[in-house]
Amino acid sequence: MSLITKGILKENPTFVLMLGMCPTLGTTVSAMNGMGMGLATLFVLVLSNMAIAAVAAQIPAKVRIPAYIVIIAAFVTILQLLMQAYTPALYETLGLFIPLIVVNCIVLGRAEAFAAKNSVAASALDGIGIGLGFTLSLTVIGAVRELLGSGALFGYPLLPSGGVTVFVLAPGAFIVLGYLLVLFNKIKS
Amino acid sequence: MEYILIIISAVFVNNILLTQFLGVCPFLGVSGRVSTSVGMSGAVMFVMAIATLFTYLLQYYVLVPLHIEFMQTVGFILVIAALVQMVEIILKKISPALYQALGIFLPLITTNCAVLGVAILVVSKEFTFLGVAHYLNLAQSVVIAVAYAAGFGLAMTLFAGIREQLDLAEVPKAFRGTPIALITAGILALAFMGFAGLV
Amino acid sequence: MKTSSLKNMTLTLLLITFVAAAALATVYVFTEEPMEAARLAKINRAIAEVTPPFDNSPSDEVAEVVLDGRTLRLFPAKKNGVLVGIAVETATAKGFGGLITLMAGFLPDGTIYKTAVISHTETPGLGDKIEKSKSAFSLQFEGKHPDSFQLAVRKDGGDVDAITASTISSRAFCDALERAYRAVSSSSFQ
Repeated sequence: MSLITKGILKENPTFVLMLGMCPTLGTTVSAMNGMGMGLATLFVLVLSNMAIAAVAAQIPAKVRIPAYIVIIAAFVTILQLLMQAYTPALYETLGLFIPLIVVNCIVLGRAEAFAAKNSVAASALDGIGIGLGFTLSLTVIGAVRELLGSGALFGYPLLPSGGVTVFVLAPGAFIVLGYLLVLFNKIKS
Repeated sequence: MEYILIIISAVFVNNILLTQFLGVCPFLGVSGRVSTSVGMSGAVMFVMAIATLFTYLLQYYVLVPLHIEFMQTVGFILVIAALVQMVEIILKKISPALYQALGIFLPLITTNCAVLGVAILVVSKEFTFLGVAHYLNLAQSVVIAVAYAAGFGLAMTLFAGIREQLDLAEVPKAFRGTPIALITAGILALAFMGFAGLV
Repeated sequence: MKTSSLKNMTLTLLLITFVAAAALATVYVFTEEPMEAARLAKINRAIAEVTPPFDNSPSDEVAEVVLDGRTLRLFPAKKNGVLVGIAVETATAKGFGGLITLMAGFLPDGTIYKTAVISHTETPGLGDKIEKSKSAFSLQFEGKHPDSFQLAVRKDGGDVDAITASTISSRAFCDALERAYRAVSSSSFQ
């Protein structure tokens, strides 16, 4: 249980470890997109964690990084194929950031720091915890940007005046994440 | 003329860092000092140009003819990882001075999403110049990769300059470190929006 | 973790790559059909959105027209064998963010019936108002005939009210629509 909860708060990938910043900034135009990106990463994280935990003992130390990257890339491609087949609209909105899960530091980081040394079951739980933490952060950032930028939440219009467009554009991504981090630091201390 | 447009568009208008969010991790991590930013940018430019050259060839001479375009992600990341290793070994042998300058950044580049991102971008998107949209050819792809890297370097160096000044300023405790860096980056991105519509 | 020797390093990497490739090929075979179906469904949805009710399968009767070096696809919508509308998949490179792809529906006499944006990369909050769900911009074309309704923004002497602060996107939309109309007039459907 603690394996799952630690990813959400104590080792939150976005607000504490500050990993995987590119998709965090690039896809959080709306709460829905943030959640979609988070879940996509969760899928890859859980499966690659499990696969790597299963084979880690057999992999020679010197080639372990390339081996992990191939395993991760394979799961990312499986995700790409599944999304193109069953959620084509979401695949199109997230675009480039789906293949870029391969180079998301969170995934390789967990493989190296956790999966390589632990059992398959523990690695799966670790993947779920970190993945959920990532999904939660992205959804929150997406919700804030959507509310400020388009005056809506999960697509439902809330503010009749619309929003301040800059928050759904690139500068808004940096600024919202910056202020959310400030808030997180304040709450923590 | 077309090449000039490609370069301006890639460096300023579509700056990979500030408009497309590629390579944010090294941007926040490495850009504390101007000198390291310049070193990192040089290494990225070097790898990005070579990686785009090879991934372009892989895409059009292997993946497309064999109809296995779905192997793109796996193929590209393998090419990039192998290239980074090779560049490191070759550089060590033939130019120790350059290796001294760029060497420590090279291992970081495999997981720099800007390299993979640009490699995928140039083969998957139609680029528009002077109202004509088309897929890029080999020479244009390499030029745009270098230009994207230059844009990355520009944003990163500008940012490092600002951060060196920030060190001297009194920043509220909760803002220190990454938060103020992100907010500064946001303002820089706002400035870069001024270039929109230039090409 | 094992100690590394050249033999076991090569073998491990080869084995992993081989297993990965095999797994991917299997998934690809299974998803190929739904992927194709999803692509087709998207086109069909767009066609149904921009033409009067029909009972044929327009995507099976597609005709292609090449204009300015770009291929446009024309989908005839028929009811009881009679042509009731033509959907044209058209695109323009003149958008602010790049390529804009539209599905434009025409009645057999050339009147614009409805339009739908298939894909675009315009600025959120500004140029993306070309989408029907974001603003009424695209509604002004409905029921207009391009012979009497100049497909250009007012600034350029046409009849189209541009989106505020997004003249380039509005111009691009007109450009795509105008090209679609030329494709329809030059086709055999009229």
